[in-house]
Amino acid sequence: MRALTCAAVLSAALLSACTHNQKPQTASAQAPRTPPKTYSRDPFPSTYHRYPGVVTAITGATVFDGEGKRIDNGTVVLADGVVQAVGGPDTLIPAGATRIDGTGKWVTPGVIDIHSHLGDYPSPSVEAHQDGNEATGPVRAEVWAEHSVWPQDPGFSRALVNGGVTSLHILPGSANLFGGRGTTMKNVPARTMQGMKFPGAPYSLKMACGENPKRVYGSRNQTPASRMANVAVMRQTWARGQEYKRKWDNYERNGGEMPARDLAMDTLRGVLAGEITVQNHCYRADEMANIMDMAKEFGYKVAAFHHAVESYKIADLLKANGVCSAMWADWYGFKMEAYDGIQENIPLVHNAGACAIVHSDDANGIQRLYQEAAKALANGRRMGINISDEVAWTWLAINPARALGIGDRTGSLRPGKMADVVLWNGHPFSVYTRPERVWIDGALMYDSGDPKRRPVSDFELGQPGEGDVK
Amino acid sequence: VKGSSANGKIAQAGTKSVRAELVEALFFSATGKEGKALRQAQGERWFMGLLLAASSLLAVPAAAQTIAITGGTVALGDGSEPIEGGTVIVRNGRIVDAGRNVAVPAGAQRVDATGKWVTPGIVAGFSRVGLVEVDAVNSTNDVSAGNSPFSAAIDVAPAINPRAMAIQVNRAGGVTRAIVAPGTARSIFAGQGAVIDLGNDMEAVTRARAFQFVELGETGADEAGGSRAAAHVLFRNALREARDLGRFSTPISGGGGARAPRANDQRDLPLEEVPDSRLMSAGATRPDDVLLTRFDAAALVPVLQGRQLLLVHVERASDILQVLALKKEFPKLRLVLVGATEGWTIADRIAAARVPVIANALNDLPSTFEQLAATQSNVARLRAVGIPVALGMINDDEARQVRLARQQAGNLVAVGRVPGASGLSWGEALATITSAPAEALGMGGEIGSLRAGRRADVVIWSGDPFENSSTAEIVLIDGVQQPLDNHQTKLRDRYRTATEGDLPKAYER
Repeated sequence: MRALTCAAVLSAALLSACTHNQKPQTASAQAPRTPPKTYSRDPFPSTYHRYPGVVTAITGATVFDGEGKRIDNGTVVLADGVVQAVGGPDTLIPAGATRIDGTGKWVTPGVIDIHSHLGDYPSPSVEAHQDGNEATGPVRAEVWAEHSVWPQDPGFSRALVNGGVTSLHILPGSANLFGGRGTTMKNVPARTMQGMKFPGAPYSLKMACGENPKRVYGSRNQTPASRMANVAVMRQTWARGQEYKRKWDNYERNGGEMPARDLAMDTLRGVLAGEITVQNHCYRADEMANIMDMAKEFGYKVAAFHHAVESYKIADLLKANGVCSAMWADWYGFKMEAYDGIQENIPLVHNAGACAIVHSDDANGIQRLYQEAAKALANGRRMGINISDEVAWTWLAINPARALGIGDRTGSLRPGKMADVVLWNGHPFSVYTRPERVWIDGALMYDSGDPKRRPVSDFELGQPGEGDVK
Repeated sequence: VKGSSANGKIAQAGTKSVRAELVEALFFSATGKEGKALRQAQGERWFMGLLLAASSLLAVPAAAQTIAITGGTVALGDGSEPIEGGTVIVRNGRIVDAGRNVAVPAGAQRVDATGKWVTPGIVAGFSRVGLVEVDAVNSTNDVSAGNSPFSAAIDVAPAINPRAMAIQVNRAGGVTRAIVAPGTARSIFAGQGAVIDLGNDMEAVTRARAFQFVELGETGADEAGGSRAAAHVLFRNALREARDLGRFSTPISGGGGARAPRANDQRDLPLEEVPDSRLMSAGATRPDDVLLTRFDAAALVPVLQGRQLLLVHVERASDILQVLALKKEFPKLRLVLVGATEGWTIADRIAAARVPVIANALNDLPSTFEQLAATQSNVARLRAVGIPVALGMINDDEARQVRLARQQAGNLVAVGRVPGASGLSWGEALATITSAPAEALGMGGEIGSLRAGRRADVVIWSGDPFENSSTAEIVLIDGVQQPLDNHQTKLRDRYRTATEGDLPKAYER
């Protein structure tokens, strides 16, 4: 099951690294007949299931497919939870399909936010809800953000109805060098975290460089109190992770005495094995360069730098290293390492051939990621970087999907992929536009015209404004 | 996550102002003639430089001349809808006329704005612009003073830095004026705020001591020792001390002195420039039972007398009603509600009290228990019953990102297209970020619209200013064209390509 999951969902880049999980069929004769008992890689399995949908055909709309392609007067057919067809007006529409006239409207894959704290810093933002940072030690790779996620956070619903967000990655905070694991969720309300969990999506390891870890611990006269200590503690920890991996790899291959279990090291081992992505909070260009060297030293890959306000300074390096940048459109100056934030960061990164992603890190921002992309796009064009609207939509769709290891399942409108789709009531880069309908796995989860197709969390029941449009 | 509020300084765990990832959050008034003359002189010099550089899409003649901006879509900012092919006439730093069928005076220098949009400059309705360079660098953050013995006496004017990066960046974003409030630290009273301009000169303060700012919701309860009841006692006691002090003395004039009468407007509250009331005569005696310093009590005298506005931050419906009720006890108070997230649930009562509101545009989450009814429809629902509403950025990027006001205003139009929600017309939305904040501060006769006689704060936009694709191409403040380049634009130009050339990047500029 484990191996199947891994093979089924991980992107090609991660696939080879999954093989150690498979039964050692090619191992030598000394391999035991039954593999040694080991630990579960998936002890909190997803119980998400797609809700019923009807065969639906949206016609006459402008389609951005999420991978850079645009179809005018396009047709999108959703059936059995997946995208069945995407094409022009001659696209075959199954008999009995519910037809939606998309004339004057736009269809895109759902927005994917690679950086969210919904659920682990939920609304209301009271002390009792501050569950995103285990700021009790700089290496806390054993904590999993999913265990902090409160599924009743009203923020999920706002991200859906105002933002068209269909998948989101919930991360621990950045107090720690190793902040713990992040989990990808379907933006479908559920009673449990497991009920929202994106089936088969790889975990991430949240790492952080720069001001936050050194401030949190330096202020307590603990290490790290400096950027140099940030790197030293990270490297020492990776060295431990390598040792742990050697022991466990050997044990899982050859049997013998089961090594001591260390939950934090499980996470690092998963990264070194290519099963877990690295999502690295980092602002400054010089620090990102340090992190990329460290990743080479220890043999892992950073999927994306998050915030990355200075990515524009090293866009060539990021391209060469194949590392994405998850960015805001125009945030700057709230802390020293954000002093050089500029409004053209996203288009400059894209223009250099590196992977650009628009992220929120914010319960309000997540509702307007499409507008953030629009601002970045316009700022790029103003400096002569001409990126088409449909290509810019990759910043919200296939790019974050790939960086999360779910690019083969969602993030674009391709036949067979999850029917995570937004019908917009206007051009999705316009300030005047809002989602009109949102489907997740082919199920209509939001319809602006139907008050019953709007989620209301337990927390909001009986409160003033319950069920309001918000 | 960054710190969402400049008022947090280095935020601690549980600090209310931090939205998400809390740890990372850790995150004189020369109004009048002298300042303006200086600015115009500087502006003319700058304008000559601009002509030489020929770097702008358009060019606006020097301030002393009559300027006619023609051919553009003109929005006055007074709530009316935009006018295609409108004209704006500027002379001596003031608007002469604007609208349709406006005659261009002979000899006027024409600026062709065909295909562009022309609006009054954006007025940031609640901000901390100019008080902060980097929020989380305490030495650069003058929002609040947790170790100061003073509260109501604090006057932000001396702390405004006209060269703050946020002033340059937001000017480039079409923001020309800002209402700047101090933040509370150890008292419910934050002190006296100012109205400033974002011009490229050293005279930023348009009106010092424009208002007193007080917290009477969750934050106020916290500052007062732990409860809303304590905050209200503290408030009443403070006004009592001010009354006792005021009874024994008349304020002596300090600082700027009285101001020449301005062209009046029915929307313009008859507020005067407030002399520095802290400088009460030494003969003013006080009873023994005092909590406030003499300076703090004296600063509240004009509030009590209704000569200085009182901006009150409250969000919860019941808190709003308690604030409105204060007028029964203190009939001369000139109130402005700040926040009022739950205002829509009691809109008729706010309307009856005739109190203006400065609200966050897009609060739609129950981010605190005082904001349970949050909805993006709040502003339009308040407007629908006639309440004047301006947009502010209350504890939300207010030190750096007031340029986002136009995006927020556009969203208030967008929300009206969602069934069941309430939105604004385009013209009303523009008013919330131009004339409405000006009028809330009693300065509607001076700033915030393109009506005749107002200061010529004018922005020429590449398109509809609410659209994400539009940008400010020309910004005038007091009729003077402003530079739009800054630290950020220079970084952009240096890193147009990331790779280094024949010399290191440090040599490229």
